[in-house]
Amino acid sequence: MIDFLQQPWPWYVAGPLIGLTVPALLLVGNKALGISSALRHVCAACVPAGIPFLTYNWRAEIWNLVFVVGIALGGFIGYQLLGHPDTIAISPETVRDLKAEMGLTDFTGLLPRELFALENLSNWKGWVFLVLGGFLIGFGTRYAGGCTSGHAISGLSNLQWVSLVAVIGFFVGGLLMTWVIYPRLF
Amino acid sequence: MKNGKYLVLGALFGIILTKSEVISWWRIQEMFRFQSFHMYGVIGSAVVVGMISIQLIKRNRLKTINGEEISIADKKYSHGTWIGGTIFGLGWALTGACPGPLFAQLGSGVGMGAVLVMILAALAGTWTYSALREKLPR
Repeated sequence: MIDFLQQPWPWYVAGPLIGLTVPALLLVGNKALGISSALRHVCAACVPAGIPFLTYNWRAEIWNLVFVVGIALGGFIGYQLLGHPDTIAISPETVRDLKAEMGLTDFTGLLPRELFALENLSNWKGWVFLVLGGFLIGFGTRYAGGCTSGHAISGLSNLQWVSLVAVIGFFVGGLLMTWVIYPRLF
Repeated sequence: MKNGKYLVLGALFGIILTKSEVISWWRIQEMFRFQSFHMYGVIGSAVVVGMISIQLIKRNRLKTINGEEISIADKKYSHGTWIGGTIFGLGWALTGACPGPLFAQLGSGVGMGAVLVMILAALAGTWTYSALREKLPR
């Protein structure tokens, strides 16, 4: 059991457990799984600046912020305490393509160190990956009314066609970045 | 503390995201390059299990542990659904993270400074959207 917990978990274990988070939140307090809303609550709590969309009773949504703090705690437990491999076992084709197209050489760690280092902010690459990337996540999820959890997991589970439109958008954006924009960046 | 249960559920959710490696940029690249089934398996089976669970809750009219009615608000369509969705997708492929994984990455302690910058940038993005909301196509 301990052995299993320490290994990376296969999709057929992790996926169903993620799915069960949806009824767990509903049964515990009639809450819909969704994480990007937490970004809005933080903005509303810290810098509302008289913006109507940020002027609401965010205190009623504190459960969402607590859930997000829990996720960070889970990241610590899952990575530092339960252990992790030095190199994530991605497919050899992906390794080959990333070497050839993006010139990556260090494949260890959760994130490529060559792209996600604070020092990179001294050049354009850091600004594109860290700042622009983060900005697009925050802007896009709120504009779309949800992210992978709110639309893809929660919304699709509740048979919402709007969420299907959003998820198709997520993939159109992701494929555009991977296949069209990346080759021009490197 | 009445929110304690959400801390526990959040921690379990964070552990699952971390142990299944869906918080890794490498896994997201593999997904967008169609070179592994992993991410599709995770998302697909999560949706199937979520769907069955919601059907069971609705058909049996289950209530929360405190006896409240369970109701799930419908998602509303606007042009933002696909425009915003596509914008988010661009950011997802760049950072290899969506909002949940960003916080799990922060907790993992890997590249903490860089992850913190991404989270602050995401907050700036949400704030900017909020400020421009009335002027954007809906």
